Amino acid sequence: MLSDLLQMSVLASILAATLRIATPVLLAALGELVAERSGVYNMGVEGTMLMGAFTAYLAADGTGSLTLGLIAAMLTGALMSLLFAILVVTLGIEQIVTGLAINLLGSGLSVFWLRAAFASDAKSPTIALFEPLDIPGLAGLPFVGPVLFQQKLVTYLALLAVPAVWFFLYRTRQGLELRCCGENPKALDVKGLSVAARRYGAVVFGGAMAGAGGAFLTLATSARFVPEITAGRGWLAIVIVIAGMWRPGPVLLATLAFSFLDALQLQMQGIGIRVPYQILLAMPYAVAILALALRRRQSGAPEQLGIPYIRG
Amino acid sequence: MTAAPPRLEVRGLTKRFGALAANDGVSFDVAAGELHCLLGENGAGKSTLSACLFGLLAPDAGEIRLDGQPLNAATPAQAIAAGIGMVHQHFVLVPAFTVLENIVVGTGRGWRADLAGGRRRIADICGRYGLALDPDRRVADLSVGEKQWVEVVKALYLGARLLILDEPTAVLTPEESDRLFAIIRRLTGEGIAVLLISHKMREVLQSDRVTVLRRGRVVATVVTADASGDDLSRLMIGRAVAPASAAAPAAAGGEVLRLDRLVPDRAGRAGAPISLTLHAGEILGIAGVAGNGQDELLETLAGLRPPLAGTMHLMGLQATGLGAHALAERGVGYVPSDRFRDGLVPDFTIAENLLLGRQWQAAARRGPFLGAAQMRARARAAIADFAIAGGGPDTRSGRLSGGNAQKLILAREFAKARHLLLCNQPTRGVDIGATEFIHRELLRKRAEGCAIILASEELDDLLALSDRIAVMSGGSILGTFPKAGADLSAIGRLMAGQGGRAA
Repeated sequence: MLSDLLQMSVLASILAATLRIATPVLLAALGELVAERSGVYNMGVEGTMLMGAFTAYLAADGTGSLTLGLIAAMLTGALMSLLFAILVVTLGIEQIVTGLAINLLGSGLSVFWLRAAFASDAKSPTIALFEPLDIPGLAGLPFVGPVLFQQKLVTYLALLAVPAVWFFLYRTRQGLELRCCGENPKALDVKGLSVAARRYGAVVFGGAMAGAGGAFLTLATSARFVPEITAGRGWLAIVIVIAGMWRPGPVLLATLAFSFLDALQLQMQGIGIRVPYQILLAMPYAVAILALALRRRQSGAPEQLGIPYIRG
Repeated sequence: MTAAPPRLEVRGLTKRFGALAANDGVSFDVAAGELHCLLGENGAGKSTLSACLFGLLAPDAGEIRLDGQPLNAATPAQAIAAGIGMVHQHFVLVPAFTVLENIVVGTGRGWRADLAGGRRRIADICGRYGLALDPDRRVADLSVGEKQWVEVVKALYLGARLLILDEPTAVLTPEESDRLFAIIRRLTGEGIAVLLISHKMREVLQSDRVTVLRRGRVVATVVTADASGDDLSRLMIGRAVAPASAAAPAAAGGEVLRLDRLVPDRAGRAGAPISLTLHAGEILGIAGVAGNGQDELLETLAGLRPPLAGTMHLMGLQATGLGAHALAERGVGYVPSDRFRDGLVPDFTIAENLLLGRQWQAAARRGPFLGAAQMRARARAAIADFAIAGGGPDTRSGRLSGGNAQKLILAREFAKARHLLLCNQPTRGVDIGATEFIHRELLRKRAEGCAIILASEELDDLLALSDRIAVMSGGSILGTFPKAGADLSAIGRLMAGQGGRAA
């Protein structure tokens, strides 16, 4: 049976599934990466993703447009994060606790709204899903084609977002200023620049990305909204930012590593390898905890991460 | 002769906080190319004044003119645009960034980070004022002196015509401070006006003119060459200073402390082995820039971090590896360098803070309960003995000023220190009056036969108080000088980690 796993076609399908599974987590993790580089710890990723997943579904169902669904999810994510930013940046409230409140809000509001909109969970309609988008000329390549070039639009966007976020952080003026906010906000303040404006921007961007990640779950995977559909992916995104040392490239690698484990366990279940599936399910999370334990010193963490900036 | 308007002109500047006038009708001016010093004790209004100039605070009344133009900076951005540069008392740098990134961040237009253009301009500035700065080094790897230069270049990069330096030498060795002054003189030579805020006489005397502030008012503006350090001190504190000084060498008592190749734990790494002996009635001064192993050594002696190797004897008894409680029981008192973090519980009252460390003693208890009456009585006695101003036994200690908080800690630790008192930077950030008081108390404790280890960055204080001075740098004691033969420049060189082992 183990030999089944090693066949090329099976391997290709595991790797293709890896990218699919990676998409929502990668989007959320890149958003969280930007927020944390500005010095704000947004623990509300899970709830923001959940609201994104729900509003994407609601908008796609109402308008029949998946693109509008995606946009609705990003706006919702941005809005949730705007609320978070008002609380932690302007009012200086403890960031961890506020993030947990955002999670509870997302969890409760999505289910409440679902039941208000559709009589019961079971009666909610299914929607059409994003179709795979074959890249002309590349999709037909053996092995590489099915893995990389027969994915859905959002997956391509998520992968392209990695170099885009890198370029923004390390090559643009705003990126330099944003990193400065995370390391020593006072250094910007004494040059007469607003720390709050930059943190707001970073947090709201992070929310929009988490919203997009949530949208992928309903618009590209499940076709309907199920309560707690995110199943811890928002938390995984936070872990991945730490494991990826707050840098876009390593964050991509970490996302792929966790997603590969997830894809592997799905495939192993599929071919009936006799390991209790609960253990297989837990595998990516166990590895995440291991990665955290090994990253104890948190090298690369922004100096002022989680600390509100108050002039003085 | 046409009289050009001065670079900076301040007229009748007033800033009130409630009933308190932090600046009360302050007027002075700084000419282009002048090094002008603002002298005053803590609380005299220097920081408020510089915050008003830099647009961080809005003055209630008065006028500020820059090159004759009224300056109404409501934000730092406007002050910078007008040509005011500020070097803050504590470095405002990003350790993880390079020198280049630190200087360029927050400047420029467009979406690209223009690092190449920044590099050229920094090279220009460094060339013109004779600074050697490698733009690609990480700021975390720079020496303290070099970080100060980065701050100066940062301000010049933003186009400063008036440079405000807020106590810039607090963390510099004497040599680094000399180099900074050489750079300042190149700046003034190029027509830049420099306003130096300081209370160190040695620096103030290098300026062209001095404006002395006391309780928010200008007491006098004098040409530095016409005044002596004593004159300025008198103007600053409003009376003559009576510096405390260890008059006669104390009669050497018995041995109190002996360290034999004791190795403090420096963040998991082994520090250098340290051997020394200390006698009753002796003050051993430890000179050195903060962060060179003083904290680790004193914390090891106080029992807060176990040594990695070596032995420690207290009053002839083995005391290696004893914890803080055991050492306190044996008569060791400890005054930590960060008084509000390590020395006090700011949310506790004065009485509660005085109790800390002896709450289990029978004298502090009434049955199973704390003896509230005893606590208050003890607090009242300490407040009287140590002249703690600003509250009674039930005042939250976090509300005390730095000097009074320090007196509170001294009151508690003096009571513990029957044999050995460890003092880490006891007068840092404390005004002259409280400093004098603390110095007198230390000498009184010495006269009682207590052995004292006093770590300080203020060489003048160490010279006045210590019987011997040991210089620490990079975790080692590089040399020990008897007070009589102490040579300031040799000590300064050792503080900077240069030079070999002294006698």
